[in-house]
Amino acid sequence: MTITDYIIPTLLYTGVFFYAAGSLGLLRFRDAETRLHALTKADNVGLGFVALAAALHWGSVTAAVKIAAVWLFALMAAGVTAQLMARRAKTGAEQDTIE
Amino acid sequence: MTLAFDLILCLMIIGTAASALLMRNALAAIVFFIVFGNLLGLAWLAMDAVNVAMAEIAIGAGVTGVLLILARQRLMALGDDLVCDEMPGWLRAGALVACAGFAALVGAAVLSVAPSDDLGGPIAALMPSLGIENPVTGVLLAFRAYDTLLETFVLLGALVAVWSLAPGTAWPHPPATLALTEREGHGVAAAFGRLLLPLALVMAAYLVWTGSDLPGGAFQAGTVLAGGLIIAVIGGAVLWPRGDNRLLRVALVLGPAVFLTIGLAGIALGRFLFYPPGFEKALIVAIEYSLALSIGVTLALQLAGPPVTPDHKG
Amino acid sequence: MAIVEHLYPLTGAVLVGLGLYGFLTLRHPLRQLLAVNVVGAGIFLILGGLGRGADSTDPFPQALVITGIVVAVALTAFGAALILRVAEDERAPDGTAADDTNGNHP
Repeated sequence: MTITDYIIPTLLYTGVFFYAAGSLGLLRFRDAETRLHALTKADNVGLGFVALAAALHWGSVTAAVKIAAVWLFALMAAGVTAQLMARRAKTGAEQDTIE
Repeated sequence: MTLAFDLILCLMIIGTAASALLMRNALAAIVFFIVFGNLLGLAWLAMDAVNVAMAEIAIGAGVTGVLLILARQRLMALGDDLVCDEMPGWLRAGALVACAGFAALVGAAVLSVAPSDDLGGPIAALMPSLGIENPVTGVLLAFRAYDTLLETFVLLGALVAVWSLAPGTAWPHPPATLALTEREGHGVAAAFGRLLLPLALVMAAYLVWTGSDLPGGAFQAGTVLAGGLIIAVIGGAVLWPRGDNRLLRVALVLGPAVFLTIGLAGIALGRFLFYPPGFEKALIVAIEYSLALSIGVTLALQLAGPPVTPDHKG
Repeated sequence: MAIVEHLYPLTGAVLVGLGLYGFLTLRHPLRQLLAVNVVGAGIFLILGGLGRGADSTDPFPQALVITGIVVAVALTAFGAALILRVAEDERAPDGTAADDTNGNHP
């Protein structure tokens, strides 16, 4: 057992914790703004931890760079969609609630 | 993967599929369908079929999901509320019994076949002669190249079929724009589109190149390209081209044409789709790059829908 | 154990049944299009799952499934365009599509 054998699961569980917190916020918060707040912040941190764990698991620089690129892409997409959804929610362009 | 993981995943796949079918709200149903597609991608990963997982998530969940959302939005603009009429209970029960019976029959048929990797060995033995290492690419572009060639024609034919639904006055105008308005956040989408399209091009080129030896390939790359194009169109960074645009037509036909030309050239050397020894990898990669371009443009335009008359808001 | 190694293809069989049920009971063409996609996904899962070896999956069904996924999306695109065109024609006044000049009135 090397030290990474302990670090990787710790990182994974931390990531999963943030995901769970974000999902809980998505389910429990009242309106679109607070839900987006929970989703965009917590989930991206969670993804960061999982990505870090994956990078350590594969343990090569090439893999780490690729995983970092994936994380950056996800961050960009999440940021843009959150912006657009928040605008939609604010202007109330579509009264389309999911029951 | 462990049994518990597989079991939970299968239950979630069935659950999301049921939600996608049974939800009353059409948007919720489509969102569940996208989740369903992503979970299916995970299932393919669990089966070590990374090539399929990429295609399923990108095309099955991504493109199909966007297509359905777009169709819903356009239908609602036409005044269709997408509410399903209630069916009589006895008909519903009858359908349930019939479908459960059919699923049980299919299940019994499935159980009668032992899962096995029969062709994996023979295909692996043939791979060195192609100079590439991804067996799925080998099957798609060498051992069953005929199927793939025809499939590219199917894709092109589907686009022609979509276009043929346009009213007479619409041709050859471009399809309805997807660009967001200023109020909907046009600036954000435009910046994202301008950033993502070049990145998507690089990513698509990488996916084709790496697809020779590792998971990836023309179809996955084409979808990435289509995704980049669609996001650029939503941001207004790119406009849909007119149907009679010469460059567009070249892009649409390039893949099938290169594939067909190389296939026909093979006749001179022996038989249809014969790759001369020593040139297999070069020819396969050439076909794949042109295919990726054509698939990307075709998918994006299929999603855009038929041309519309200029003053008509889609 | 038979069930364990057939887990994914059996899930595919369930999806085929579910999708067919949705196709029969949902009375809106767009929802039926979604149901057809669920049936397709189930068939892909059967195809791929039965090619599952000890530690690899047969590349041949994998290639078939990739082909199938692409054809399915082409079919969905055409189906969605067809549904929209029908809806447009139905909404047009007097049953004639206002922007239709090439003589194919309903």
